[in-house]
Amino acid sequence: MHYSPAPMHIPDGFLSVLVSVILWVISAPVVAYALKRVGQDMGERQVPMMGVLAAAIFAGQMLNFTVAGGTSGHLMGAALATILSGPWAAVLVMTSVVSIQALIFQDGGLLVLGANIFNMGIVGVAVSYAVFHLLRRLPGGRTMKLLIPGFISAWASIVASALAVSLQLAISGTTPASLAIPAMAGVHALIGIGEGLITVGALAFLAATRPDLLQPGREGAPAGRAVWVFGLLLSAGLAVLSPLASSNPDGLEAVAERLGFIETAREPLYRLIPDYLFPGISNEALATIAAGIVGILLVCGVILAAGHIRRGPEASNR
Amino acid sequence: MHIHFLDPYRPLRSPVHALDPRVKLVLTLAFILTTALTPQGAWPVYILLLSLALSVQVLSGLGVGYVQKRAGLALPFVLAALPLLFTVEGPALFNFQLGLWRFALTSSGLERFAGVAIKSWISVQAAVVLASSTSFPDLLVAMRAIRIPKLLVAIFGLMWRYLFVFGDEALRLLRARAARSGQAVDNALKPGGSLAWRARVTGGMAGSLFLRAFDRSDRIYSAMLSRGYDGEVRSLPLPPLQPRHTLILATGLVLLIGLLSPAYLLQ
Repeated sequence: MHYSPAPMHIPDGFLSVLVSVILWVISAPVVAYALKRVGQDMGERQVPMMGVLAAAIFAGQMLNFTVAGGTSGHLMGAALATILSGPWAAVLVMTSVVSIQALIFQDGGLLVLGANIFNMGIVGVAVSYAVFHLLRRLPGGRTMKLLIPGFISAWASIVASALAVSLQLAISGTTPASLAIPAMAGVHALIGIGEGLITVGALAFLAATRPDLLQPGREGAPAGRAVWVFGLLLSAGLAVLSPLASSNPDGLEAVAERLGFIETAREPLYRLIPDYLFPGISNEALATIAAGIVGILLVCGVILAAGHIRRGPEASNR
Repeated sequence: MHIHFLDPYRPLRSPVHALDPRVKLVLTLAFILTTALTPQGAWPVYILLLSLALSVQVLSGLGVGYVQKRAGLALPFVLAALPLLFTVEGPALFNFQLGLWRFALTSSGLERFAGVAIKSWISVQAAVVLASSTSFPDLLVAMRAIRIPKLLVAIFGLMWRYLFVFGDEALRLLRARAARSGQAVDNALKPGGSLAWRARVTGGMAGSLFLRAFDRSDRIYSAMLSRGYDGEVRSLPLPPLQPRHTLILATGLVLLIGLLSPAYLLQ
């Protein structure tokens, strides 16, 4: 199922292996720490609460409203989950949603799952947490304290995730930074408005029906200054780095190349030495043809074998 | 209408379905890793990986057509790699003018683009076969076996159990909205009120979905408590791997390393 209206779940093949591995290394400890923190806050309620909230976010991503001419606004839900259940719980909820989407629905790849968890589960949550709690200190009534921070944090979470995606694509050498960043940021600045409007609608509804859910400090223990600072740094970093990278793409690509991110595609490092893969074939084109023939033989053999296996039990039943 | 059509699992009888889920998960991950590590331009290896993927699809009884249809879901993302066609430097295959910009399609750009597209295509096929030939409880067992934290696996399991309940809930909300806020038959006509009004209604739906989730999780927690839940996630010990499946795992891994090694040995 593909609910996301714009590319946010990166499939396998689009990020270089190094970038994927680095983002796994970042995401895995954060998720592990979130498991521990939420376990401390919620105790044995953790499993039912997180599982059900993740299911609700997954279903919430099906809700949409028509914008104009066949396009529609959707919900990603990172900001809403953060506001309602606190940052660590939201990290777990978004991680579950993104993992199940990749594992079962092929919405996003498996090797790059660490990157997708980072983009939607960590960047989305940290940015919306920092923005929401910064703006919440504004003076004023419900609108100023809840709805406007809600809108801006939801919008910021979408844009920040999109910027993270485009930076990763650029570092992997899949999309040039000068194109990826403005395109992703532009499209998601619009999509973020839909997210913000739905989030505000949900917050207004909850404020009217269950105001106790929105009391400050309800969402478990305060997250501490670290999350705060991390979220702000992340927002600021993405906001500064992205225009810099897109106006000066050669810089980013040069760094990426020096660090070895961009796969050495400019000069094919793959030189088939014929003796190795296919003895006796001394030409790369011939090697490709030979691989094709081997492949066809393999598939045909399996088709025949599969037919034979399936006929087997039926024949013996007769 | 229920949302069970979302579940990709096809219960069939095939050697692929019968394979131990742990072996299947590890082999799928290794296959995707191999595909990712295969250097650009190593077409023979891509062909062999593709024929491997196709063979497993045939063997699984799912049908190549079914897998390809699901694999098509990853297709829109190829757009992200499209600029490679024009931005990679190299001898131009042909030039064309579009408005103010001149584009030059280069052969090295074409090769990079094809490389990204074929990698993502091969990988997504493996993921489709895994999801369609393994039931979710089996996948949970496999996830436990590869040392994903027990609590996280338990959360995944609970999420899966209520995914369809909330999917149905969301469908009912959507149907109720369609019945009450006058959906236009003609797409050109504006349904309901203004844009802000439509967004607010959808927000209300999302909010009520959350409320129901909070309430339901309370009920589920009470039900779990009354059945002796004490915060500890208990599960049966993993059954030992059958020697036959261990052999398949080893063969598969050796095969993948064998496909990959020439690229790195001969650098």
